[in-house]
Amino acid sequence: MLALLVNPVAGIGGPAGLAGSDGAAVQQRANERGASSRATERALAALAEVAAAHPGARVLTVVGTMGADVARAAGLEPVVIARHGEPSDAADTTAAARALADGGASLLLFVGGDGTARDVAAGLGAGGRTAVLGVPAGVKMYSPVFAVSPRAAGGVAAAWLTDGGLPVREQEVLDIDEEALRHARVEPRLFGTLPVPFRPGRTQARKAATPADEQAAVRAAARGAASALRPGVRYLLGPGGTMTELARLLGVPKTPLGVDVVLDGRRVLAGASEHELLDEIARGPAAAVITVIGGQGFLLGRGNQQLSARVLRALGADALIVVAPEQKLIDLGGRPLLVDTGDPEVDAGLAGFIRVITGTSTTSIYPVDAPEHEGEGHAP
Amino acid sequence: MTDPFVHPYIPNTAPESKAAMLAAVGAASVDEFYADVPAELRLDRALDLPAPFTAEQDLVRHVEGLLAKNVSTRNRLSFLGAGTYHHYVPAVVDEVINRSEFLTAYAGEPYEDHGRFQALFEYQSLMAELLAMDVVNVPTYDGYQATATALSMAGRMSGRRRVLVASDVLPAKLSKVRDFVRVHLDLEFVDTVDGVTDVAGLAARLGDDVAAVWVETPSHTGAVEARLREIADAAHAAGAVLVVGTDPIGYGVLTPPAEQGADIVCGDIQSLGLHQWFGGAHGGFIAVHDDPKFIMEMPSRLFGLATTDVPGEYGFGDVAYDRTSFAQREDGKEWVGTAAALWGIAAGVYLALMGPEGMRELGEVLLARTRYAQQALVAVPGIALGDDALHLREFTIDLAGTGLTATAVIAALRAQGLEPGVRVGEHTLLVCVTEMTSQLDIDRLARALRELVSGTGAEASDPTDSGATTVSAPILEEQSA
Amino acid sequence: MSLPVAPKPALRRFHQASWDEPIIFELSTPGERGVLVTSIEPGVREAVGDVVAALPAGLRRDTPPALPEMGQMRVLKHYLRLSQENLGADFNVDIGQGTCTMKYAPKVNEQLIRTPGLTAMHPLQNPDDAQGVLEIVWNTERMLAEISGMDEVSLHTQGGSAAIWSNVAMIRAYHEANGEGEQRREVITTIFSHPSNAAAAKAAGYDVVTVHPDADGYPHLEALKRALSPRTAAIMVTNPEDTGIYNPAIKQWVDAAHAVGALASYDQANANGILGITRARDAGFDVCHFNLHKTFGTPHGSGGPGAGANGVSAALAPFLPGPRVAREGDRFVVREAGERSIGAVAPFFGVIPNIVRAYSWMMALGAEGLRTVAEIAVLNNNYLLQRVLEIPGASAPYATGRRRIEQVRYSWQQLFEQTGVTSEEIGVRAADFGMHYWTSHHPYVVPQPFTLEPTESYSMAELDEYVAVLAEVAREAREQPEIVRTAPHNQTVHHTHHDDLDEPERWAITWRAYQRKYFAEAAA
Repeated sequence: MLALLVNPVAGIGGPAGLAGSDGAAVQQRANERGASSRATERALAALAEVAAAHPGARVLTVVGTMGADVARAAGLEPVVIARHGEPSDAADTTAAARALADGGASLLLFVGGDGTARDVAAGLGAGGRTAVLGVPAGVKMYSPVFAVSPRAAGGVAAAWLTDGGLPVREQEVLDIDEEALRHARVEPRLFGTLPVPFRPGRTQARKAATPADEQAAVRAAARGAASALRPGVRYLLGPGGTMTELARLLGVPKTPLGVDVVLDGRRVLAGASEHELLDEIARGPAAAVITVIGGQGFLLGRGNQQLSARVLRALGADALIVVAPEQKLIDLGGRPLLVDTGDPEVDAGLAGFIRVITGTSTTSIYPVDAPEHEGEGHAP
Repeated sequence: MTDPFVHPYIPNTAPESKAAMLAAVGAASVDEFYADVPAELRLDRALDLPAPFTAEQDLVRHVEGLLAKNVSTRNRLSFLGAGTYHHYVPAVVDEVINRSEFLTAYAGEPYEDHGRFQALFEYQSLMAELLAMDVVNVPTYDGYQATATALSMAGRMSGRRRVLVASDVLPAKLSKVRDFVRVHLDLEFVDTVDGVTDVAGLAARLGDDVAAVWVETPSHTGAVEARLREIADAAHAAGAVLVVGTDPIGYGVLTPPAEQGADIVCGDIQSLGLHQWFGGAHGGFIAVHDDPKFIMEMPSRLFGLATTDVPGEYGFGDVAYDRTSFAQREDGKEWVGTAAALWGIAAGVYLALMGPEGMRELGEVLLARTRYAQQALVAVPGIALGDDALHLREFTIDLAGTGLTATAVIAALRAQGLEPGVRVGEHTLLVCVTEMTSQLDIDRLARALRELVSGTGAEASDPTDSGATTVSAPILEEQSA
Repeated sequence: MSLPVAPKPALRRFHQASWDEPIIFELSTPGERGVLVTSIEPGVREAVGDVVAALPAGLRRDTPPALPEMGQMRVLKHYLRLSQENLGADFNVDIGQGTCTMKYAPKVNEQLIRTPGLTAMHPLQNPDDAQGVLEIVWNTERMLAEISGMDEVSLHTQGGSAAIWSNVAMIRAYHEANGEGEQRREVITTIFSHPSNAAAAKAAGYDVVTVHPDADGYPHLEALKRALSPRTAAIMVTNPEDTGIYNPAIKQWVDAAHAVGALASYDQANANGILGITRARDAGFDVCHFNLHKTFGTPHGSGGPGAGANGVSAALAPFLPGPRVAREGDRFVVREAGERSIGAVAPFFGVIPNIVRAYSWMMALGAEGLRTVAEIAVLNNNYLLQRVLEIPGASAPYATGRRRIEQVRYSWQQLFEQTGVTSEEIGVRAADFGMHYWTSHHPYVVPQPFTLEPTESYSMAELDEYVAVLAEVAREAREQPEIVRTAPHNQTVHHTHHDDLDEPERWAITWRAYQRKYFAEAAA
C-alpha cells in the first residue's frame, strides 16, 4: 500500500535565503520573512500523477498538513494512521515514518528535503522492507533518494501500484550541517541508506548503467584498490560505500562514517580521531584511501575531517589513494574534485590532476580544485 | 561527372538543398564547420585517388572487369579446404540474406527489429540441436576468434594458465589464438599419434593448473577424434574444461562433442550455407551447456525468449546482458562489436532447409566421398595416407614415395585445371572433398596423379626452376610446437 | 469519400509488419524436405560400403538432430516474414544510431559481390587465378593509405572492435620487439572514445587510464600529460569523439605521447566527416583504423559482418597481420606474414565481400566525391543540430555555440526533469513513427543522451521528417506522457518483459532449452 508523509515546512528556508529549514528558530524566521511552504504544492503535483492512474486509491498517511489534506485534495482516499504535534517537528516525521511502515506501507512517498530523508531513515531503521521515494521539496537534496521532479515521483508511485511493486536499490541518505552551510561550508555526512524504487526501462538499456552495474562498479573499484595495497603499510580507510566494500574485500569490519586503520589484513583502529591517526602514521609507512564524498565531489575536508592537513602532511607525498567508480566522476558533470583541508599549502599541493582507481586495471585522471583557496593552487 | 558535383549517393549535393541548409545554419560555407581542425592539419590538396566511375554502368563494367580476371572453382576442379569449404548454398539462403531488411538492419530494439532477433534466436536454436547443447551465441567474427574466446573463458573461470593442445590445429588459427590469449594463457602441445590425440600423453601432462584441454575434430588434417569421451574424463578429473573446436557439418551422422563430454564447443559456420568468397565469409560459434558459470563468461550476445503484454506473442531480448559485470575476474574481458550476424541468419536458413534428413544425408555423402577419395589416391603408386584415423572431408596424402614434392604436384596439376590440395609439408598435400566433389572429379584427380607419378602426365618439374609461375602460393607450413 | 485524396498528415501513419510468426520448430511437419542432397554414386557406395554403419559406436549419432522438417517455400516464407519485421537502414531515416554511420550501402555493390567470379573463389587458389580480387584488395589498401596518410594498410580484420584489437596487438608487439614490453603497461584513452579501445587494451593485458574532458567537452591536454609516463604503451583515442567535437590539440596529444616513447593509435570510426579534410598520419599517428561498414558504405548486416582496415606508419608495418597482398610489376602476389607480424588475426584476407563493396563505393566517388561525402555529412549534422535545438527540452551539452563535425550527442535532461520521460522511452516511441533512435554508449556521460549522425545519405526533407518525429514525441512527453511510456504501439511486438532474461532458472537461450525448462513433462 502507498503511504504519504509531507514535511509541511520543507523548503521554507530556501526562498528566504536561509540555506535549509531545520530547526524551529529557522522556521520561525522564515515565517517572519514571509516564506510559505512549497511542500503542499509539490505533493499535489506528485499525487496528481498517482490519481490519474489510480483515481480514489487509498493512501496511508498522517493527519492534516502532514498528508491527509493534500491526499484528499488530489482525489485520493487518505487512511490516517499517524498524528503529530503542532507545529510538527523532526520527531513527528520520525515517528510517523515508523507508524506508516508498521501500518503496512510498501512504498512511502515523503515530501521534503535531506533533513526529512534523515528523519525518515531514522524512523525506518536499517534493513527495513518499506521502499522510500522522496518528492523533492526541500532546500538541500544531496541524497539520491529523490525523484528528479514531483511528477516523476508520482509516476514511479503510480507504476508501483500498477505493477504491485518495483525493483529497489539502496541509496545513501546524506545531509549537511545547515549551520555550517549558512557559513558557506558544505559538509555532507552519511546518515544511512534507504531502499529506493526505480522504474526499469522498457528497453534493456544495453549500453547504459543499471543498478546491477552500479553495484558491480563499486565492487570493481574496490577490487582495484585492494590490489594496490601492500603489506606492512597502514591504510587509513575513509568513509563511504566504496570504502565499506573495500573493507569487506579485505575481510575487516568498517565504521561506515569513520576513518579506520587497516594493516596487513587486520583492522588496528576503528573510528579513529585525527590524533590517533597521527600516532598510527608515526608507527610506520602509511597511506590514506579515500573516495568521493557526496554529490559535490569532495575528496577531503567534508565528512572525513579526521584526515586533516596535519595527517596529510604526516603521510607525505604520494600517500593518497583515491578510489571511486567511473560513474561517480561522470556524475560530477565536468566539475573538478574538491579538497578543503583548511591548509592552503596542503590543498595547493593536491590541486591539479589526480589518479582515481576505478576498477581492477583501470584508473582515471581527473582534475582537483581547492575552492577555498582560489588562485593559490594550480588547478585548471 | 556533373558540374556542380551532384552524386546519387549524396542527395544534398543538389545545389538548392545545400544552399538552403547553409542558410539555415548561418554558415557561408562548409569550411566553417571545420573551425576546430587546425590549419596545419588540413589537407591542402585533393586526395590522390584513381579517377572514379560515377555513372553506375561504368562502375559495373570496371569492377566486373576486374573480377573477370579471377578463375574461380567453377572453372578449376578444386580440392582446397584448410578453413574455407566449398559446399552447396541453397538458393533460399541467398534470397533471405539479400533482403534489404536483414542486410541493412543493425542495432534496433527488439520491438522494431523483432525479425532479426527471432532469426538469430532461431539460428542459436538450430545450431543447438545440431550440437546437442543448450546455449549458442550470436556469431562472433570467425572460428579463430570463437576458439580464442572459448579458451579465454576457460582461463577466466578457473584462474589457471595452462592449455593443452591435443590436436593438429590449422596453423593460421593457431597463430590467432596464440596471440590473443598469450597474456592470460600458456599453450602447450601434446603431439598427436596417427592423426589424433595421444590420450595417454595428454593424461600425463594434465594437472590442477590446466585450464583447458583443446581438441580439434575434425582436426587440421580432417581426422575425427575417436576417444573424446576418454579425453573429457581425463580433463574433468583434473578440473579442466574440454574445449572442442569443430566444423558442424558432420553432425547429422557423427555424435556431437557435447554427448562425449565437451564443455565448450566452438568453430566456424562457413560450411553452413556460406559461399567460399575468397575466404571472406566466416562466422564463429561458441556453444555451452545451460550453466551460468559458463554463460556468464561468454562475451558474445545471447538472444533469449521473453513474454510480452500479449498472450501467445514471442518477445526477445539479450540474456543476462550485464553478465560481464559478474565475471569472476576482470582481466581478459572482451568486447561486443559488429561481428557476423548475417552469416548466422544464413546458417539458420541452411539448417532449416536441410532438416535432420538433409544433414544426415550430407554427413553420409561427406564420409563416403572422403573414404572413396582416400582409396582412390592411395591406389596411386607411391602415395600413402598421412594416418589411419577416420576422416571427414579432408585428409593428407604423403607423396614421398613418388619422389615428387607437393609444390611440384600442385604446379603440374594446375596446368590441367586442377587444384589438387593445399601443401602442408614438403611431400604432404591436404586434400578436401565435399558433396560438390563427385566420383568423376575424384577419379580425375586420381588419374592425373597416377599419370604424373608414372611420368606420362604433365612435366613435374619444380615451378621455381621452370620459371612458369612468378607468384608464390600462400603456403601453410606444418604446425610446430 | 471521393477524389481527390485528402492531403497527407504531417507525420506518416506508420505501422510495422506484424506476422505473429511462430518459432520455426513449430512449423515442422514430419517428412517434409526443404532441399535435397546429392546422392552417393553407386560406384562410391560399392567401394566404401555403408560408411555410417561402419562408424565406431561412440562416433555414430544415436538420435538425429531435432531440426525442423519443412518444405522449401515454407522456410522461405517464414524468413521473408521475419525480414519484414525489421527497421533496416533501407527503410527508415537511419540517423538515430550515432557513432555507427548508417549510410546508404549501394545496391550495385550487392550485385557485384554476388558474381561467381567472387563467390566461388577459394582463398588458397593460386594467385594467378585470383588476380582480380587481389588487385581489388591491393587497390583498396592503397586508397585507404592515401586517405589516412599511412604507409601501409591491412584489411584483415572483421569489424571495428576487431581492428582495435589489431591496433593494440601491433602496439604490444612493437614494444616487445624494442625490449619495452615489460615496462610499458598502460594504455591511455578518453571517456568519449569508443569503449572498445579500453576493452581491447584490457584484453591485451594493459592497464587502462581514462582521461576526462574539460568542462567544455574538449579532450584535456594537461590531464593527458599527467597520465603519460614511461609506463605508457600508447594513447588510443577517437577523433572526432562521439560528441562530434574534433580535438584541436590532437597533434599536441600525439607529440606528448611520442615524447614519453609511447605510440599513438587513432580510432577513425568517426572519420566520415573528415575524409579528404585531414589525415591521421599528418597528425603524427602511428596506427589507425577505419570501419568499412561505417565510413565506406558496406551494409551492417543485422550486426555484421563488418570489416576493419588497419593503417600503420612504416615503423609499424612489419607488425601488420598477414598474409599480405603485394604487387610485383603488373602481377599481384601473396606474401606470408613476416617474422614480426602479429600473424593471422582472421582467416585469409579478411571480409572479402565488404572489401569489394568498399572498393566499389570509393570508385563510385573518387577524391572529389569522398571530400563531398565529408562536407555534406558535416553540413547535414550542423543543420540537424540547429533543428533539434529548436525542440523544447532538447540540448547539446558542451562546446556551446560551436560547430560539430559529423555527429552530436544530445541530451533530453531538461525534458526528463519536466516530465520524467527518459531518453530510452523516447527511443521506443520514435520507432512507432518508423524511426530508429539510440541513446549512447555506456557510461552515460551526457545525461538522458541521444546520438544522431545524419551522414551524407539523407536529404534535407528526410532530416526534417526525423526532427518532426522527435518534436512530436517530445510534445507527447509533456502533454500525454503515458503514450510515450507505454510504447511500443505500432511495432511488431508489444511491451516485452525483460526480467525473463536475467535469471538462470528462467532464461531460454534456445528453443531446446525452452522446451526442457518449461515443457519437460510433456516431452517425457
